[in-house]
This record gives sequence, C-alpha cells and structure tokens, in this order.
Amino acid sequence: MTTELRIAFLPLTDAAVLAVARERGFAEEEGLHLDLVRTTSWATLRDRLVFGQVQAAHMLAPLAVAVTLGLSQQAAPLAAPYKLNVNGNMLVMASAFAQALDPDIAARLDDPLGTAHDFAAAIGLWKRKPVIGVVHRFSSHSVMLRYWLASAGVDPDRDVILRVLPPSLTVEAIGAGEIDGFIAGEPWGSAAVDAGLAEAVAIGERIWRRGVEKVLAFRTPWLEENPDSVDRLLRALVRAAGWCDDPENQEALAHLLSRPQYVDQPAEVILRALSGRIVPRIDMAPLSMPDFMLFSREATPFPWRSQALWIYSQLVRWKMVDHSADNAARAASVFRPDIFRRALADSDVAMPGASMKVEGAVASPLAVGSKRGELTLGPDRFFDGRIFDPERIEDFLASF
Amino acid sequence: MRIVIIDDSGLRATVLEEGLREAGYDDIHIVPPRGGFVARLERMAPDVVLMDLGSPSRDTLEEMLTVSRALARPIAMFVDQSDEAMIGAAIDAGVSAYVVDGLRKERVKPVLELAVRRFNAFAKLQSELDEARTALSDRRIVDRAKSILMSQRGLSEPDAYALLRSSAMNQGKKIVDVAQALITASDLLGGM
Repeated sequence: MTTELRIAFLPLTDAAVLAVARERGFAEEEGLHLDLVRTTSWATLRDRLVFGQVQAAHMLAPLAVAVTLGLSQQAAPLAAPYKLNVNGNMLVMASAFAQALDPDIAARLDDPLGTAHDFAAAIGLWKRKPVIGVVHRFSSHSVMLRYWLASAGVDPDRDVILRVLPPSLTVEAIGAGEIDGFIAGEPWGSAAVDAGLAEAVAIGERIWRRGVEKVLAFRTPWLEENPDSVDRLLRALVRAAGWCDDPENQEALAHLLSRPQYVDQPAEVILRALSGRIVPRIDMAPLSMPDFMLFSREATPFPWRSQALWIYSQLVRWKMVDHSADNAARAASVFRPDIFRRALADSDVAMPGASMKVEGAVASPLAVGSKRGELTLGPDRFFDGRIFDPERIEDFLASF
Repeated sequence: MRIVIIDDSGLRATVLEEGLREAGYDDIHIVPPRGGFVARLERMAPDVVLMDLGSPSRDTLEEMLTVSRALARPIAMFVDQSDEAMIGAAIDAGVSAYVVDGLRKERVKPVLELAVRRFNAFAKLQSELDEARTALSDRRIVDRAKSILMSQRGLSEPDAYALLRSSAMNQGKKIVDVAQALITASDLLGGM
C-alpha cells in the first residue's frame, strides 16, 4: 500500500532532494507517494506545517528553531531529523555599490574578512544606508550576513537596513532600486547576476565552510506517531541525495528543477550552484567552488545537535531570544539525530558516532569515528577562525 | 475596527471590501503589496490585516509586524488559536489574518468568516472565468479551421465542421486539437 505524504517547499535549488525523491522513483521504492506543495513565502510554508496541512516541509533551519521557541507566530514543537543540504547562499550587491570593493572578484570572495572591512567602508560612501534583502528574519542567510558584517564592526541592526522579502521577488526589487543587494539561496543570486543588476560579494560557503541550511521539518507529535512513514521517507531522501551529488546527474537535475512546478528558472542558471561553477559578474568566466552546495557527501544530511545550538547562539546574540538552559535545550531538541540513526540503521550510510561536535574546528578533511563505513568530514571553519563548543555556549556568546 | 486588505488582485479585494461594508464595517482600506506598502500600513495602524495566503509578500508583512515601533501592540496571526476548524477553513480558502492583540475574538470571528466566504466565492468565480475564456478561445480556433476548409476545399460550414469532427473521432483527439493542427499546417504551407 502506498502512503501519501504532503511536503511543502519553496522554489529553490536546495529543494532538489525532495524533487528527485519524487521524480526518480526513490520515494516509490519505499512505498511513498510525495505530493510536493509549491509555496511562495516562508510564512505560508510554516503555517501549512504548523496547522497540519502538510506532514513535512523544506524549512530554513533557524525558522524550525524559532517556531519551536515560539518566536514566529504560533509556537509548535518541530523536529528536523534530516538536513536537505549545507551551503548554497550568495550575497550579491548592485554593481554601483560593489565598485567600492576589491575589483578582483575572485580575491574578494576568497577573503571574506577583508571584504567585510571593505564593505564597512563602502557603507559610508553609499548614497543612503544600504538596504540588503534577506529572505527571512530566521534564515541561515540573515544569521550568516549578520555574523559576517559584525566581524568588521558593522552593527546589522544600526548600520544597514535588512529588508525581508521572499527569494522570488529579490531580482525585481534590486532592479527597481528598492534594495541595494540581497543574500538568498540559489538560483536567485545567479539570476540577478545574469540580469546584469548585481555581482557576487560573499559566498555562504566561504563564511562557514559547512553552513547548515535547509532541513526537513515535521511537527514533533506527528513524527512520534508515524515512525514508519518517517523512516521510509528518510531512506528515500538519503538515496535521492546521493543521486543529486553525483556529477553525472547534475545536468538532468538542473533540467528537472527548471520545470514550472519546481524552481521555474533556466536550467543553465540552476546548474551553476549544482556544479559549483559560479558566475560572479555577468562578463566573467565561472569560478570553481566545488563545495558551493552539498546534498550527500560527508554525511551532509546528519542533523548535528551542535548546529541547532550554533543557530540558537546567534538568535541570542542578536537579542531575538533570551538565553536560558531551558531555551537552549529546546533549541537543541529540534535536530533529531536519534531518528536519523533509527531510520538508516540497516543501510550502508556512514553514521557518525557522536551527535554533537565542536563546530569550526576542522581545517582540512578529517576521518572521524563512524559506526559503519568510512566517514570523512570536510573543513567546517568559520572565516574568522572562531570555534563553537556546544558545551560552552556562554563563553562563546561572551566572545562577541 | 480598522481593517486593511493587502491584495494584488483588485477584483478580489473589491469583492471582500463589498462584503465587509454590507456587514456594517466602514473603516476599510486596500493596499497592494508593492514598493513601500509596509510604511503605508504602519501609518494606518490597523486592528485587523487580511492577506492572501499565497502572496509572496507575507514574509515582508510579518517582519514589519515583528519590529514595527508604530504598532506597539503585538499582532498575532488568527485571534483564536484554539479554533482549529476556523483556522483550517481560512488556510484552505487562502486567507491569512493578523489581529492586534487585545481585540476580542467575538469581534474578529465574523470578519474572518466573511473573508473566508468571499475568498472561496472569488476562487469559484475565477475558475468559472478561466473556463469561459478557454471555451471562447476554443471556439475561435474551430471557427478559423472551418473557414480554412471552406475556402480551400469549397465546403459548406456544416460540412467543414462535420469533417473536423470525424477526423477528431478517428484520431481519438479533441476537435480543437485537430483544428489547431490544421491551422498550423495551413500557416506552414502558406495557405490563407
């Protein structure tokens, strides 16, 4: 018997694993039929999940934490047993603004710290307080942009205006001069570059080499009551993610995502994030960034609890929530490595031995303890060299 | 009670506004979600904001509701979180409602119910309109194919139609598809 699951998503390249699970038969092999519900705002995606119109959603990891903590409308405990990707964001600014930055774009992107300082200087030269589009208050983009700006002494709540707008409206808004730049998931940064409106200023993957991005979120009570459906879905997604990461499938994947029911943008633009060949300005050849967006390798889908806590630390830092032991525990509980382990117990997926790690400490590929198979973690450094020890949140917060 | 409707579709907003006025609400404003709509909304200080759930600008609106200093009172989505049937009906109809905290739910519920009814009525109207449009364009295609047959093969109008219909039946296709194929072929061959 086939089980039908409704899953809400936003038209973004990193919804790839869900689309592939449905279209390439991975869900079917597990006896699942996926009804993917295209949604145009994070608010509506959240409401569809919280009020039970869908069973799961392609959600910004910080939004899942925020809904659980009661920071975004109706509070509801959410559970994320699976990460749909890491990395995949790009900050682009209007070309006139970017003139104040290093003209050697490859060097600019390679040196986020230097560029952050150049950006800080450019703020004073600009005709107004720069308006930067972010896709949501509780987005990885907003959290990373704030982290990056603050490293150069910029107060993101005082020195710039962060304007929330959905990814699909970013290109139009920069064209109309309503915003001076934006940080969003692909393909929207590339779409603005292609329109000749903007150029790349920072790459998410260079700010945090393995930055947590979208998760698959469920309502916790539903997750607890439907272990069989959840496990089957996770097994289908792991296989779909392997398919997505295989370079041989990139072109087919870009074409699949370009369809109107998914991202509805040209396959050629979508392909850039998948292949890690990023065009930073309309007249330039692509730059190679093999870690631009990851779906499968290095145990990408594994929901490290320390990553939920890193997000929480940033929400506390920007005074979106007060720090308490209870809040920290609730935030950490959103990521569910226990469910991931249960679902994939009989598979050949390499499984980390631990559920937390020190974030930002891996400088070069590192073989780590694994219950099965070989597991190598890629470099996960922050560009400013900070290290996040989830056991010592207070010390980390005091360091800012 | 000041009600602001944020809507891109002029027609839907009008349908909703009309209903609210009939029900005795007279402080109603329509704001399209474009450009600086957030600043306009702040100046209006609404008690209830109604918005299409499908509008991509919902995130922008919610951000404003979160940080606005002009709106000192917190704003919640839906007034009565315990009324799941009502919330379900609103989401099905595609309505989102933001309500200033402190407004009694007995005052807001009729507004929301009315919005749900009007959104549903509008959706029905829209799909009927779409169907009518399709029917009209289908008829134009068939008419054009008929006139090609009439002029190229000297057929009468009933015979031209009969020929289209029998070809469609033989091929297991719709008449409009056969007619479209005929028009395309005729264009390619430089006929007419």
